[in-house]
Amino acid sequence: MSKLGRRKFLLYGSIGIGTSLLLKACGSSEEVSSSDGTTVSDSGEDTIKVGILHSLSGTMAISETTVVEAEKLAIEEINTAGGVLGKQIMAIEEDGASDWPTFAEKARKLIDKDKVATIFGCWTSASRKAVLPVFEEKNHMLWYPVQYEGQECSKNIFYTGAAPNQQIEPAVDWLLSNKGKEFFLVGSDYVFPRTANTIIKEQLKAKGGKTVGEDYLPLGDTEVTPIITKIKAALPNGGVIFNSLNGDSNVAFFKQMQGAGLTPDKYPVMSVSIAEEEVRQIGTEYLKGHYAAWNYFQTVESPQNDQFVTAFKNKYGEDRVTNDPMEAAYIMVYLWKQAVEQAGTTDLEAVRKAAIGQEFDAPEGKVKMHPNHHISKTVRIGQVRDDGLFDIVWSTQRPLDPIPWNQYVPQTKGYGCDWTDPNKGGKYKVEGV
Amino acid sequence: MSALIEGLFNGISIGSVLLIAALGLAIVFGLMGVINLAHGELMMLGAYSTFVVQNVFKPLGEPWFELYILFSLPVAFIVSALVGLALERGVIRFLYGRPLETLLATWGVSLILRQFVRSVNWLLVISIAVFCLFFFGGMTILKRRSNWERIRNWAITILLVISSGIAIAVGFLIDRVGQIALTKPWFSARNVDVTAPTWLRGGLKVLGFQMPYARLFIIALTIICLLGVYWFLNRSTWGLRIRAVTQNRSMSACLGIPTAKVDALTFALGSGLAGIAGCAVSLLGSVGPNTGQNYIVDTFMVVVVGGVGNLFGTVVAGLSIGIINYLIGSGTLALIFTSMEGFKPLVDFFLFFATSSMAKVMVFALIIAFLQVKPAGLFPQKGRTAEL
Repeated sequence: MSKLGRRKFLLYGSIGIGTSLLLKACGSSEEVSSSDGTTVSDSGEDTIKVGILHSLSGTMAISETTVVEAEKLAIEEINTAGGVLGKQIMAIEEDGASDWPTFAEKARKLIDKDKVATIFGCWTSASRKAVLPVFEEKNHMLWYPVQYEGQECSKNIFYTGAAPNQQIEPAVDWLLSNKGKEFFLVGSDYVFPRTANTIIKEQLKAKGGKTVGEDYLPLGDTEVTPIITKIKAALPNGGVIFNSLNGDSNVAFFKQMQGAGLTPDKYPVMSVSIAEEEVRQIGTEYLKGHYAAWNYFQTVESPQNDQFVTAFKNKYGEDRVTNDPMEAAYIMVYLWKQAVEQAGTTDLEAVRKAAIGQEFDAPEGKVKMHPNHHISKTVRIGQVRDDGLFDIVWSTQRPLDPIPWNQYVPQTKGYGCDWTDPNKGGKYKVEGV
Repeated sequence: MSALIEGLFNGISIGSVLLIAALGLAIVFGLMGVINLAHGELMMLGAYSTFVVQNVFKPLGEPWFELYILFSLPVAFIVSALVGLALERGVIRFLYGRPLETLLATWGVSLILRQFVRSVNWLLVISIAVFCLFFFGGMTILKRRSNWERIRNWAITILLVISSGIAIAVGFLIDRVGQIALTKPWFSARNVDVTAPTWLRGGLKVLGFQMPYARLFIIALTIICLLGVYWFLNRSTWGLRIRAVTQNRSMSACLGIPTAKVDALTFALGSGLAGIAGCAVSLLGSVGPNTGQNYIVDTFMVVVVGGVGNLFGTVVAGLSIGIINYLIGSGTLALIFTSMEGFKPLVDFFLFFATSSMAKVMVFALIIAFLQVKPAGLFPQKGRTAEL
């Protein structure tokens, strides 16, 4: 219609540049203020560099930024208390941008260029699987804070989130004895829900329960009417729904469940990806009365937790909440610090050896690093209450020992993991099972 | 019988969500031929308007809060229509008849809008307002000069530099003063929580199943919007002009129809309808910066299947895609064949597709097959297509 002349082109170009400058000016001031207080002065040999590798942009940023905040809180506390081996910790943040190849690239950069002592990072299993080859190649060390599907045990990773036997399996057991034998499984269509549901189906088969149906929703999809129809057809008189949906689909699922008349007294939903932060976004009205299984809730009663919650709110705001992955991120920084202090050096092999057996009085209770690089954790089940926090309705008496290789799934039954014994390693056949 | 009615109701409710989301696009893409990839973000703005109206009504107490959704509909319409208007005047009008550039430009706009709701705060709004004030204010003043045409280009350049300079300076100044309230993002990247009023929660019990009120509301809203659009296009003066311009632009211009105004109005109407759709889907799903992305593919699919330029086609396409999606996804189709003898392989076939993600695969496959037979959609336009 109209041909762009040179003049006009210059004009529009300058408009574009002007606008982007404007946006940048407003954006950059924000970044500066948010990273204040963590970038401790770099004075050569008085600091230990560690990497923080999470998505600060993209779809996962919502969740992963909260974990970064918890890690920074722990680092700041350690620095105020005198640091590690008399040195201050300096955190170098990299953005994985919710893009798995970027994670691998940034991990390489942190190891090769910044020469960090260790890396705290990742959320999704996909990002962990993407960086794993890098850590194995460099024989470096990653601390991973999120509950995951198990079936992995790397020498180069320390897992401080729950293995399936510390979240999913106790939740299923609890449901079987308290809520009913018939389960409908709903999940997002990717690796974690599919693996988790495989485990649940095997477990139900072994324990006398029954899977009456399962369905997977594409990530981000909001149309759940067909699923609700199937639930009603499969469980006409009510039953248990096990929910491993992630992200936006949860909102649609709970809103439409309520609309269709599926109430928590007849159709209790057990979720494994909904914590305090998500409850606020979905709306307490829709979630009240449903259940979640985690190792930590903000409502855990212990002096350590009071201190953690207060410290977090003082730093990031009174209206903020703490949740399970944040707590796991917080304790992994402390576990690393203890390991370094015991080893007396940041040398990777020495720290790896010293890390095993480290105990910490975490907000969730006592945790201990096991030879399989996972930690023992207390399991809790919470019910959503009016203020959006959880009433803890059940918890294990003691921390449960981690089992990375699942014992219900035939392919991994009888396998274990032990990095203290060079003959055993990541996956070995346990004697006598 | 009750199962049949339930199936039909559920299918129609899925279809009505698709339809209300696609209605705006049917006008923008169907009538005007503009490939607007920012359509989803206009919906997202409508959803955010609903959130804002909800928060305004919250302190007013019970009887008012129950009605907030009725007020949020016009607000969502106006907000999205205004943004659409700005989009048309600022970007799209330079790109008519160049679909590829339009596609890229609107994709860019959709990214900008998504990032805007993530980071919008008073500081940003004030800076933009200051910029607009000086830039457009300066332009209006300079336009009065007699030698405007001659100085136009360099005047605009200088104005641009000056006003952006002032805007950035103001931004920095406010930032230095350090008002936390001003730099705190309004929405942030987190999803926000839109709660339906109590009369839209729960559902109506008929024949042993429950019709969710939210779904009934959306179906009613869709019907009202459809009737409104139909009336506007076929019975009003502006509607007549819009149809005239879409059928033959140059002839309409010769006859004295202000085509530029008609374009702007049409685009604003389509955008406003997207806003209403955004308000509707906030009752069902989440409201976040990415809300629009969940709908954009579906809306284009509905318009393309319905036949570009045909409102009736959009209606039929929306409803049939909804019903087919439901029948396959809920396993009803597999159930029907189970009751008949000798259809074992067919039952297995449909059972395989009876999950939400596989149903989507099947629907897309069917649409691809359909478009092989009828490339112009269900109801292709007869005669010469609109020239732009």
